Amino acid sequence: MTTASSASGTTAIEVAGLTRRFRVRSRGFARKEVTAVDGLTLTVGAGESVGYIGANGAGKSTTIKMLAGILVPSAGTVRTCGLEPVRQRRELARRLGVVFGQRSQLWWDLPLAESYRILAAVHSLSPQRERERTAELVERLELGEFLATPVRQLSLGQRMRGEVAAALLHSPALLVLDEPTIGLDVLSKQRLREFLLAERAAHGTTLLLTTHDMGDVSRLCERVLLVDRGRLAYDGSLAGLSKTVGARRVLVVDLAAPAPDLLGVPHAEHLGSEGGGLRQRLAFDDAATTAAAVLSAVSERVEVRDLSVEEPDVEDVVRRIYAAGGR
Amino acid sequence: MRLSPGPQRRGPEQDLPRGAASTWLRVHGRLLASGFRRGAAYRGAALGGLVANVTFGFLKVSVLTAAVAAGGGELGGYDEAAIIAYAWLSQALLGSVNLFGRTDLADRIKDGSVAVDLLRPLDVQTATTAQEVGRALFQLLPRGLPIIVLGVLVGGMRLPTDPATLALGLLSALLAVLLSFLLVYLVAATGFWTVETRGVQVLYMIVSGFLAGLFVPVTLFPQWLYALALATPFPSLLQVPIDVISGRVDGAAALGVVGVQVAWVAAVFAVGHLMTRAGRRRLEVQGG
Repeated sequence: MTTASSASGTTAIEVAGLTRRFRVRSRGFARKEVTAVDGLTLTVGAGESVGYIGANGAGKSTTIKMLAGILVPSAGTVRTCGLEPVRQRRELARRLGVVFGQRSQLWWDLPLAESYRILAAVHSLSPQRERERTAELVERLELGEFLATPVRQLSLGQRMRGEVAAALLHSPALLVLDEPTIGLDVLSKQRLREFLLAERAAHGTTLLLTTHDMGDVSRLCERVLLVDRGRLAYDGSLAGLSKTVGARRVLVVDLAAPAPDLLGVPHAEHLGSEGGGLRQRLAFDDAATTAAAVLSAVSERVEVRDLSVEEPDVEDVVRRIYAAGGR
Repeated sequence: MRLSPGPQRRGPEQDLPRGAASTWLRVHGRLLASGFRRGAAYRGAALGGLVANVTFGFLKVSVLTAAVAAGGGELGGYDEAAIIAYAWLSQALLGSVNLFGRTDLADRIKDGSVAVDLLRPLDVQTATTAQEVGRALFQLLPRGLPIIVLGVLVGGMRLPTDPATLALGLLSALLAVLLSFLLVYLVAATGFWTVETRGVQVLYMIVSGFLAGLFVPVTLFPQWLYALALATPFPSLLQVPIDVISGRVDGAAALGVVGVQVAWVAAVFAVGHLMTRAGRRRLEVQGG
């Protein structure tokens, strides 16, 4: 379906011994060398959907910049879509789409639609292909309402949808998303995730995403790579990761009246109570039960007025890996 | 530029021949147009620029005509009419010829947004220059043309009416705009090594304006300074287009100075190309 991936075999990303060192100023004129990525070796097959997670400063963005040919590695080899990123940057740019959550690739002062016109020319899309692909993305990402609005006037949620469309306009074989849901509200996150699932189903796009939101990973990714201090600390399924570290979700319930601690709910652990028992927090493991089952067990005992579910975040997972002596 | 061969290099979604000159022109044409529209997005700023350019235009005219009068009605080959034309034309070009050294690219290298530029199948130098030139060309409408009209109607400026002279003058002005953005690209590209380029920008601003003839015509410089100026591309930014538009230099001499402009465009482009290739490997993209 995607010619770029079939032309380069079945491997989207191939990295061996990848290392990047930076020299940073420490005190005065003294310079210190920092290793951001340290001997990373990994392979991502075409069509895979991979979450690349780690704490701040773990080396995620540095890796992505080397994958895209923006940054020259200090050591090791990279092949992205079968190409050498730095030497074949422009050829790679035709097969790769990247969304940096913190940077815009849209033309700030111009109406959103104008960015797509420029990018279509940049990627040498034929007029027919430009019309079809733009129409498809505008419809599926619901951009129609603000196509004529200058990018600087868009809300964050609108702009992120616009960014994703910009990265996908040339139908890349590999889509890299660096913190795509940062700062988005729950509804915007949900819409973006649904779109990405549909896009993968329709075009077989390979997906690599970095995030701090385990919700992104659990809904979008079949495989998780956990990087810590520049090294690969875990490579496997999310379920396996949760099992290793016991990352649990937390159900927070607000009750109609203060109640004693909700102990003994099946597969759930009472973490604590606030307001004399008005608000209670219960941790549960997705593998053993569901939020609905925990809630119904709680509802049998007390009257619930409000609730929310807290997702485990990446920092939490990383912390637990070390607490468990995972490496 | 080579035509790309074969279906392997061309996906079904990219059915325009990629290496072809026509595709290159289409991309850069659209980038130029996008720059033009970006310029149009800030009409208030353009109006502010016009007011400033006109104000300094009147100052410049009064100072330079006084100098000509003190010189007995002639100064270094300029009579009163010629110096008035010089003053107004230099002000008209000032909105489009970059003598300030500031560019978006310098900021983008500093804050790391240049990463996004490198994600595109484009040459950073040509893509950046096309957009900046587009933005500068827009400035001819709210700033360049009104000042010329004002100079003629109120300022007592006379321009040649011969279409060939005016056409060559327009070409020379466009070359000056292009050359200025190829030069400020070099300023920004030093950021690949140093990240912060403000020092180089200030140096460029001081040197380029002076040697381009922003304050007084280069031809009025003392001999040694005149020779020094001619060894730089800067006179091609103002002195040359003004001479050609006003008809002070015409015929074969005009073709000659425009030829010098073309040579500077080629040379500065080549330097920028080499700097981009070397600098890209030095780039350390800042921030997340």
